[in-house]
Amino acid sequence: MEENMSEDGWVGEEAVITDKLGLHARTAIKLTKLAMKFDSNIQIRSEQRPDWVNAKSPNLVIKLRPPQNSPLYIRASGDDAHDAVEALVGLVARNFRE
Amino acid sequence: MSSAAVRELHGLPASGGIVAGKCFRPMNAALSRKQGTVDEESTAFERAVAESIRQIAELASNSDELGAEILEFQELLLGDDEILGPVRKRISAGMSADSAWSEVLKIEIDDYASSDGEYMAARASDLADLRDRVLNAMMANGSGRTPEPTLGDVIVADDIGPSVLIDWADRNLAAGIALGAGSATAHSAIVARSKGLPMAVGISGLEQIRSGATMLLDGDAGTVTVGSQARLSEIRDTRMAKVEEARRIEAEFAAKPARTASGKPINVLLNVEDPDDLEKLNPEICGGIGLFRTEFLFMGECLPSEEVQYSAYRRVVEWADGRPVTIRTLDAGGDKPVAGLTVESETNPFLGVRGLRLSLANLGQFRMQLRAISRAAALGPVKAMLPMVTVPSEFAEAEKRLDEALSELEAEGTACAKPALGIMVETPAAALTAADWPAKFYSIGSNDLVQYVTACARDNPRVAGLADPANPAVLELMRRTVKAGKARGVEVSICGEMASNPKHVHSLLDVGLDTLSITPSYAGRVKHAISRFGGGP
Repeated sequence: MEENMSEDGWVGEEAVITDKLGLHARTAIKLTKLAMKFDSNIQIRSEQRPDWVNAKSPNLVIKLRPPQNSPLYIRASGDDAHDAVEALVGLVARNFRE
Repeated sequence: MSSAAVRELHGLPASGGIVAGKCFRPMNAALSRKQGTVDEESTAFERAVAESIRQIAELASNSDELGAEILEFQELLLGDDEILGPVRKRISAGMSADSAWSEVLKIEIDDYASSDGEYMAARASDLADLRDRVLNAMMANGSGRTPEPTLGDVIVADDIGPSVLIDWADRNLAAGIALGAGSATAHSAIVARSKGLPMAVGISGLEQIRSGATMLLDGDAGTVTVGSQARLSEIRDTRMAKVEEARRIEAEFAAKPARTASGKPINVLLNVEDPDDLEKLNPEICGGIGLFRTEFLFMGECLPSEEVQYSAYRRVVEWADGRPVTIRTLDAGGDKPVAGLTVESETNPFLGVRGLRLSLANLGQFRMQLRAISRAAALGPVKAMLPMVTVPSEFAEAEKRLDEALSELEAEGTACAKPALGIMVETPAAALTAADWPAKFYSIGSNDLVQYVTACARDNPRVAGLADPANPAVLELMRRTVKAGKARGVEVSICGEMASNPKHVHSLLDVGLDTLSITPSYAGRVKHAISRFGGGP
């Protein structure tokens, strides 16, 4: 089912975490807050764990902890899915600078 | 323990400073509320969440940027459906609001606490802080304020929630914090540092200190001392005088240009390991970056891409704001192995494939680094430094690779510039033949030079006494390098640890060096030593 959804419902892309601390508390908060601005269902996943988590949950995002130089997979489904993925990838790509 | 005796308890430093004060032990508010109907419990929970959000927002509005950031995390958690959902579900199923909240938070806290590392432990303490705040808000009348410290008290506890500490610190109620648990990276420690409150963590034996007892907290040493007030004052004054003197010198000299007693200007540069370290530094204290070590980029799980490297180099060049930045190509091997790159089977890795030797054996990786450096060179004055070189042909080979990287970038239309290519003088061979190298600059790597000249391994404490940086043979090699550089009209600097040691500064100026690249926190002390140098060429 997951597979089918990604076939038609999800827009996805990956970004690389460059901060030496990986995705840590401060950056996780920025990511969560940005995700909350979109209506779409947004999920992220690290390479270290197989499960996708709700990008709007600070608690789940903070637990992901992808290390430096590892990819962060981002996907969204909904009306503004494309914008959401683009915005989140952009945030990670510029190392969370606003 | 006699009245004159003092007793010292040991922990870890978390925030610098020394303070004497009375021990204050915070108490957790006891909870007693009666469970109502499902609707009443649900209302009680939603109200407590709303009230907590209000309290946190109020705290944040009176707090500085850092405090606000920590509080923001807690506020966001109170809007996290992945946490609130399970609580609401339990309440609907008939559980009391406080039990439901505590149970869900306990699962989360245990989850964080079971993970390794201080980072997760700090998150566990954030959640415990939040749990207590919401529970307090749920208490029937809400007026049960917990006792607070009074001005000048030292908070003694097993752990403390950051929001409580922010509140007390903002109202000047805490003079310092001594924790039995905790960590230097926890939010509460970050708060303490930003508020300038001394803090020590992981102290064993804190239970011996009774409430109200006079105690001395040394946040630099990470210790707590108990004893008579007179003895504690004496100890505090001695320690503070020492700290004060070092601070005074640091503050007076760090921001000023360095000059010897006879007025000769000395260029003081900084050694940097990580662009993050620069955020706290004022570029005015230096003439540029004399050594940017790139090894940190290679310590992750995979080798860094060109983009990752470029973004790190760019940050340094932007920080330097027009001042020259010397980027050292990967100096792995020896005592710095890099998984997937360095050779493991060497019997004597310090004399093996390390520094430039390793880069020339891994041309793909070297090319990527040279491309990233050349791109950064388009943004400001950048130099590239080759570590661990023995003969000039290695330099020629590296320069050829650099030119290739530049041609590639130009062909792609990517902005780039050729960095000034120089060498790190670490081997006696390079020091003695310095005149024969077409290098654009020389930088003396004294750590390895001392090791190779005195035949004393850097990692063997039993020969540490012989590994003297001031050995005349070492100084003679430096003198020759300086002479060769001057004859060729190129800069000679030193970037080893020796340059950061005020004790050695005069020897370095004496051999003719006029550019020292040092550990940033020593800028004031080194410049102070320079100001007292009277002799020299």
